[in-house]
Amino acid sequence: MTKENESAVSPIVAVPAPTPRLEMRDIAKRFGATVALEGVSLCVAPGEVHALVGENGAGKSTLMKVLSGAHRPDRGQMWLDGQPFAPPNPLAARHAGVAMIYQELSLAPHLTVEENIVLGLEPTRWGWIRRGAVRARATEALRHFAHAEIAPDLPVSRLPLPAQQLVEIARALAVGCRVLVLDEPTSSLARQDVERLFGLIRQLKQQGLAIVYISHVLEEVKEVSDRLTVLRDGRSVGGGQTAALPIAEIIRLMVGREAKELYPRSQRQPGELVLQVTDLAGTGKPIQASLELRRGEVLGLAGLMGAGRTELLRCLFGLHAVRRGQIKVGVWSGPASPLRRWQQGVGLLSEDRQREGLAVALSVADNLTLSRLTGFGPVGLVLPGRQAAAAWRWIEQLNIRCRAPHQPVAALSGGNQQKVALARLLQHDVDVLLLDEPTRGIDVAAKATIYQLIDELAAGAPSAGRKPRAVLVVSSYLPELMGICDRIAVMCRGRLGPARPVRELSEHALMLEATGQATAN
Amino acid sequence: MKATGGSRASVASGDWARWLNRLGPLLALLGVFALFAALCPPSFRSVWNLETIARQTTIVGIAALGMTLVIVSGGIDLSVGSLVALSTVVIAWSLGKSGLALDPWAAAGLAIAACALCGMGNGLLITGLRVVPFIVTLGMMLVVRGAAKGLSHEQKIDAPDTWLNELLATLPDERRWLLVPPGVWLLVILSILIALVLRYTRLGRHAFAIGSNEQTARLCGVAVDRVKVWVYTIGGAFGGLAGVMQFSRLTVGDPTVAVGLELDVIAAVVIGGGSLAGGEGSVLGSLVGALIMSVIRSGCSQRGWPNWVQEIITGLVIIAAVALDRLRHRRTA
Repeated sequence: MTKENESAVSPIVAVPAPTPRLEMRDIAKRFGATVALEGVSLCVAPGEVHALVGENGAGKSTLMKVLSGAHRPDRGQMWLDGQPFAPPNPLAARHAGVAMIYQELSLAPHLTVEENIVLGLEPTRWGWIRRGAVRARATEALRHFAHAEIAPDLPVSRLPLPAQQLVEIARALAVGCRVLVLDEPTSSLARQDVERLFGLIRQLKQQGLAIVYISHVLEEVKEVSDRLTVLRDGRSVGGGQTAALPIAEIIRLMVGREAKELYPRSQRQPGELVLQVTDLAGTGKPIQASLELRRGEVLGLAGLMGAGRTELLRCLFGLHAVRRGQIKVGVWSGPASPLRRWQQGVGLLSEDRQREGLAVALSVADNLTLSRLTGFGPVGLVLPGRQAAAAWRWIEQLNIRCRAPHQPVAALSGGNQQKVALARLLQHDVDVLLLDEPTRGIDVAAKATIYQLIDELAAGAPSAGRKPRAVLVVSSYLPELMGICDRIAVMCRGRLGPARPVRELSEHALMLEATGQATAN
Repeated sequence: MKATGGSRASVASGDWARWLNRLGPLLALLGVFALFAALCPPSFRSVWNLETIARQTTIVGIAALGMTLVIVSGGIDLSVGSLVALSTVVIAWSLGKSGLALDPWAAAGLAIAACALCGMGNGLLITGLRVVPFIVTLGMMLVVRGAAKGLSHEQKIDAPDTWLNELLATLPDERRWLLVPPGVWLLVILSILIALVLRYTRLGRHAFAIGSNEQTARLCGVAVDRVKVWVYTIGGAFGGLAGVMQFSRLTVGDPTVAVGLELDVIAAVVIGGGSLAGGEGSVLGSLVGALIMSVIRSGCSQRGWPNWVQEIITGLVIIAAVALDRLRHRRTA
């Protein structure tokens, strides 16, 4: 990434209309030691669709949370139609006319379409809801869509997903929104629904709405947006007229950076086969997956969010049902359950450490030892003192910052929580580690510890005389996968591609494959 | 990955706060006791009255032991009151009326086994049908109550006089050395046992893990369903044992006894720091909760206050205890 390149494609200062509908200038936000945003500016004119692109963790969602009032920026200012705009909370932002449509819809499934549309601003007379006015307002909001399935008196749960999304947009219109943010709106839509959504977006443009469009699917970005901004590591690294930027150039801006010294790599020696997956299909995703994993090897699974990588790991671990195919762990190939997998020497690190990976109200020691509570006392007793001793070992070895083993995990920082979750696999002494987003949302120091640990495990350390472990890593951060893996396979829409040695791959090629454009280019 | 020695030095201060938190309910008990001791005539502090309080606490206390385990695992058991009734009926029926004329040991064992079976039914239905514990045990409450009434033909069943009647009776002079009736001692022993189970066995640790975060427990290979069935079975068995104590006080089998007792039992656990969201609770806390309610009851009657005053006070104490507990959590979190 060169200087001239960036300056050539960042005419952010050039504002197309006299008063932009939305202007964000020099927004900065840190969480503790982590810099999430560092001086990002965004300017959207009335009737413009502005795409925001970047890898996961680039700062897109933080920027939108600042816009929606969920986060207060540390620095920077915002204007709506020339008026200073500093929402203290999401409700205030909504009232000011900023509407967010997220991937996960936020409708009340038991209420009807019209009740959802007017929710929170029901027209009333003496406390009684005026049903006529409700119907009128809902009809007005739904008028744009020409979507026959959406009857105002139907419960939302009876509608198909694309129609629910339209209801959510209709709700945004009913509150009189001026800025509409669509966060990955097409991730769960079929192609004809995407077309219909784009038709609607163009129609809303005509009415002078400013639309911020966030998506991983760059084809769609090209199709629907007027201008775009690329974020990387919390900064805007480029942007401009969408028509002037080829997809390959956008990807280059998104990926950008060199792999640094962050990723240690010892001499690794692929050994015996420990995990063999043949033609696996789950009830939803994965649709088709085959892979082989050997001792002493780190295999990466790349792909977009929702491609089915997490589901693949969960199928392997017996947490999701398997519809077809075979999983062979060492010499075992019978049915799977988490208990059986642990006994076979397989451990899973969940992507969601708050809700699944850890019982945050329990102590560090309890969380570390939960998968195997044996050997902590005579006749099957579990003596807290011995649990604590085991915990101290990992607290010291992984440098987990906590007061003591009995401290609740909830009191630890994200990076230290993740170390606890990972240490559980070490305490259990597993041979196969399934790691789902092992460094999501943690600071660089903790990331470095985890990278080093993965390398040591694959190389046979830290316990001397120990056989090398096999590691399967899912990550949405390509530099990380390129840095730590020996081979990488890409998953795209539920199908797993072949695993290829990392030296034959580039981030660019992986990104193209992950977005399903490998053949087009 | 270098060893830094952690920070063992600062452990001590954390321990202090932890102990203070754990002893909170105990301090509340002392406070309530001191209050009534000041308000009531001296007879409130008499050994005789203390023994009465201990005896009155025993039924709720024993049921609360099982309930603590259930609530720690994130569940609830509304069928306890009915189990107590069933237990008294089964004992009276098997001692006399049935023609079995069982030995008192066998009669009590049969009653406890029947209740444990009902508890196991709770657990199997909850895990098998994936219906929430509240609904399953609400249904079981009616089923068991009905069964008790059916077995007894909706009448009290008289039973021959056996040593079961003395479990919770005031001690005769020649056995004054026991200090409190055998039933109270049984409560003490079982409390220690359950406290140890919760803290030092896999069942106990797994119950905490399931209550704290069931998904994590599943991820870690805990046999969630099996643990839950055990927990409800034990809960049912303790309900049955509470029924044995109830029988000792009644000396007859009564299918209509202990209506609403489950709420007292749940209140005892909750006052003692148990969280209905699961993952929290302790035996000491639950016992203290049960004692607090008994002290209020005894104090009010000694003071000559009518029943309704006592109910209002108990209600306020429950709300205050939980509110304090939440406040404490917010501070430490």
